[in-house]
Amino acid sequence: MAELIAKPVFAGQGPLEKAGLTLEPLPSGPIWLVALYPGAAARAAKLLKPLGLSFPEPGRCSSADDLRLIWAGRDQAFLLGAAPPEGLTDTAALTDQSGGWAGLSLSGPGVEAALTRLVPLDLRLREFPPGRAARSLLNQIPALILREDETRFAIRVPRSMARSAWADCALALERLEARAER
Amino acid sequence: MRLTCPLCGPRDRREYSCLGAEDYLNRPGAGAAPEAWDAYLHLRDNPAGRARDLWYHEGGCREWLLVTRSTVTHEVFAVELVAGRSGAAE
Repeated sequence: MAELIAKPVFAGQGPLEKAGLTLEPLPSGPIWLVALYPGAAARAAKLLKPLGLSFPEPGRCSSADDLRLIWAGRDQAFLLGAAPPEGLTDTAALTDQSGGWAGLSLSGPGVEAALTRLVPLDLRLREFPPGRAARSLLNQIPALILREDETRFAIRVPRSMARSAWADCALALERLEARAER
Repeated sequence: MRLTCPLCGPRDRREYSCLGAEDYLNRPGAGAAPEAWDAYLHLRDNPAGRARDLWYHEGGCREWLLVTRSTVTHEVFAVELVAGRSGAAE
């Protein structure tokens, strides 16, 4: 069988600093889709508890250290940072999507100003505090958007659209900087 | 135009795509008369006023939604999940 060489999504792409904000690639890691079987919520909660996680409400993210369990749809969530625990196979349909996503981090004071240009959501701190997550659009790219803290968003997009997502974010920063200079 | 997804909350029209009338939920049985299939596939009302459409939240939670809205005033009266309705496939 052919030996395939895994390439990083943003090979050689360094952080981009503009308008006081920083755009950088997120290190790739495991991403699993956890789709609960009907009536399995209580069992799943029991299995997730030792990890410090709970199954998130719509638009929320449950965090423990580097683990993130982000709501993805009705009875579905993305588990980031580790493979699902043993035993969860009887409770939920599990899909390894690690190679399918690319992550970007956008951070800095007033980071909402850049993302607001791309995302049709109210991302102000009051409406979208840390721990909130949304599946929405980044320009025209379906994206999973998570507010990590007050000044940092983690954005995940399908890997096939990673370079477009980078270009869109870079352009937003460029325009924001041009506006600040005037 | 904004629709309030029962799961995601109010979202922009860009996140949705519209399939068409609610009639698509009422598929005739396998042995139904050709007239029933003809109506299911082709016959649609064109109401001025209250309409019930199927919308897909493709930029969000990927749920099918049943939207009751006015084609005259653009008012949206209700947005429901198709999943979980009686008769919906599990």
